[in-house]
Amino acid sequence: MCLAIPGRIVEFLPESHLAVVEVASVRRKVNVDLVREDGLAVGDWVLIHVGFAMSKIGLAEAEEQMRLLAMLGEDRLAMDELEGYQFG
Amino acid sequence: MTTPTTRHDGDPAAPGAAPDGAPRVRFRDPQIEMAHGAGGKASRRLLEGLIAPLLGGVMLDPLGDAALLDVDRARLAFTADGFVVRPLRFPGGSIGELAVNGTVNDLVVSGARPLALLVTLILEAGVSTEELEREVRAIAAAAHRAGVAVVGGDTKVVEHGKADGMYITTAGIGLVDARLHCTPAAVRAGDQILLSGPIGDHGITILLARGEVDLEADLCSDTRSVLPLVAPMIDAAAPGIRWMRDPTRGGVASALNELAADTRLGMLVSEERIPVRDQVRGACELLGLEPLQIANEGQFVAVVAPEYADAALVAVRGAPGGGGAAIIGEVRSEPARTVLAESAFGGRRVLDMLVGDPLPRIC
Amino acid sequence: MKFVDEFRDPKLIRQAAQEIRRLARPDQHYRLMEVCGGHTHAIYRFALQDVLPDNIELVHGPGCPVCVLPMGRVDDGLSLASEHDVILTAFGDMMRVPGRTGSPLEHKARGADIRMVYSPLDALAIARANPDREVVFFAIGFETTAPSTALTLRAARQLGVRNFSVFCNHVTIIPAIRAILESPDMRVAAFIGPGHVSTVIGCRPYEFICRDYGKPIVTSGFEPLDVLQSIVMILRQLEQGVARVENQYARVVPWEGNLPALRVMAEVFELRPFFEWRGLGFISQSALRIRDGYAEWDAERRYSMPGVRVTDPKAAQCGEVLKGVLRPHQCKLFGKECTPEHPVGALMVSSEGACAAYYNYALRTPQAAGV
Repeated sequence: MCLAIPGRIVEFLPESHLAVVEVASVRRKVNVDLVREDGLAVGDWVLIHVGFAMSKIGLAEAEEQMRLLAMLGEDRLAMDELEGYQFG
Repeated sequence: MTTPTTRHDGDPAAPGAAPDGAPRVRFRDPQIEMAHGAGGKASRRLLEGLIAPLLGGVMLDPLGDAALLDVDRARLAFTADGFVVRPLRFPGGSIGELAVNGTVNDLVVSGARPLALLVTLILEAGVSTEELEREVRAIAAAAHRAGVAVVGGDTKVVEHGKADGMYITTAGIGLVDARLHCTPAAVRAGDQILLSGPIGDHGITILLARGEVDLEADLCSDTRSVLPLVAPMIDAAAPGIRWMRDPTRGGVASALNELAADTRLGMLVSEERIPVRDQVRGACELLGLEPLQIANEGQFVAVVAPEYADAALVAVRGAPGGGGAAIIGEVRSEPARTVLAESAFGGRRVLDMLVGDPLPRIC
Repeated sequence: MKFVDEFRDPKLIRQAAQEIRRLARPDQHYRLMEVCGGHTHAIYRFALQDVLPDNIELVHGPGCPVCVLPMGRVDDGLSLASEHDVILTAFGDMMRVPGRTGSPLEHKARGADIRMVYSPLDALAIARANPDREVVFFAIGFETTAPSTALTLRAARQLGVRNFSVFCNHVTIIPAIRAILESPDMRVAAFIGPGHVSTVIGCRPYEFICRDYGKPIVTSGFEPLDVLQSIVMILRQLEQGVARVENQYARVVPWEGNLPALRVMAEVFELRPFFEWRGLGFISQSALRIRDGYAEWDAERRYSMPGVRVTDPKAAQCGEVLKGVLRPHQCKLFGKECTPEHPVGALMVSSEGACAAYYNYALRTPQAAGV
């Protein structure tokens, strides 16, 4: 059962185990016991699995990953250019 | 007197066998499951394997939404439906409205103008009069909005504990528009697939209304008569309309798979072009459901010849409530009998008919 | 949807696919095993094989917890509903798994009180709402799901809920990977590592794969770009002749794992000496059971169950598919006696099962037909 979805924390509930998380305009109560220890705030993104938040989603890591992915294309363009010079 | 041939289990064929020979029942499941009512593969097997062989006489389109009967020079569409939705009331409507709109839509997508409905109420003893009155008013209002008359019906009461509040069955009759020649046999490779609006609203609304899942979303059932959208489409594109269906249980995927099976052609839909609300998408992602397999109660799918597709789309979009309509794909010759879905980056996967029943008692 | 749509960007996918084509040597055939059922599902759902060159073969591993559960355990769970009048709760994935006398759904149709839940907390809520009935949660899953079951048991104890128990069938991923590596049929060059299991156990447990077997492993996310980027990272390692653990899914997977999760698992569970896995046989220290401290909430101690070992039908080749030795369509029963509608084995039923994914998404595409 690997199904896990990213959602954004919109509200904490009085029973401190639970928070309301939003996924594409749908709200769900999830248990946040596993991610609370290092601090959790409204607006944080978490990975949800069977009603539990498993991990905080790191925006910095996500952005870094997108940067690396975008570079794959740039490397390719640079290579093409380089190869072009060799036969110029 | 025809000699009954034996069925697979050794029993003689049932009385009422067709005069040209005993029908063969091919349905092998030992008992009925919820899946047999889900509108997907199991439903189709039950229909094709047991019900149609035993009841089938000369039926022009046994597995379409309505039966078509030629009477004098008119062609009539004749349909029946059953409603067992739970809960009885939900955001956007109730069982009464579903009953009227569902029956009306079956007639409309068979190319007919709905004339009259019969409504049978099966009530559970203990249901409050207030609740019943509310539903009967809902039926009256929906019929009025749909421009159809409720001309009769029946009422029965069963013991407390049966019928879950109420069940409704309906029959509907309509006059088929002579300009239309809607039949799977008319479908050709290259025909365009038109969808009237966003999918999944009804099924997800019902799921949330049951309260079994801890989800909240601003969503309501899309139940409505589709006649106001289909009528202008017929006016604009009648010669090019090959086939229509209202994708209720089993969703658009099941409807297209049935067409693929009936025509032996293939279909290719483009995921990007399929209208779906954020909330439906979010709920489906959270629950592991496929939006294209979720029930709709106010939409239709049409297959239109390419030269008429633009006109058809413009007509539907111009109709009240038709703003979300889109061409979502096309009919192809290969792969035969298969519906494919293409992602934004070109990957293609098979989009199958519903197996099992993730959302029981949805309509 | 944020953190989903960006990783399905068509332009970036094409770029990643091009890079893979550039890195994959035409004279080599790469067999990469994706361990996790979620990856199997994603690969088929997004038809990722379509964008990969022909010499990269993605092999499916045993990371589908429903698929590896022996039929006897399914029967044990079902006996709770039929013989003990228990309300049996289970995830949707379990509902169509075949037992010897039918699936949970079929038992439900015959009157057993079996209910689908989306979370173990739902099962606990059902117990609290029905104090005069006994409720059992049929727990399945790898380390991704085990902490949730553990937290639910802790809550049950804290709230004093006495009519609730768990039938624990949690299994652990490392012994399964080790069994694959030790198998004589093993011809895999590298691993696409489980993404969500790793949010709990971290990346360190995979180090033995590189150190002792010389194979690279990259823990991967589940969106198309995640899988493709992981393949790029694997190919780069293979080209350099190295074998390292890398974390492609860094936005979600912490290298050291999730400490609160590991702590609650240790509080509630302990390792069984051995456990039977469908297709892989008995594996030691590969599954969890409930500790003595939580005995009252352990369904295995509360109820007597048949405990019968049921072997798969001889013709079924579930084990070989689970080990990646056979592709789903190579099993003799595939598509004939065994389909999603009438499954012989759980691989055809689970949303993460290789056979179900293959049948539902790939079977009839021209590419798949040629495979």
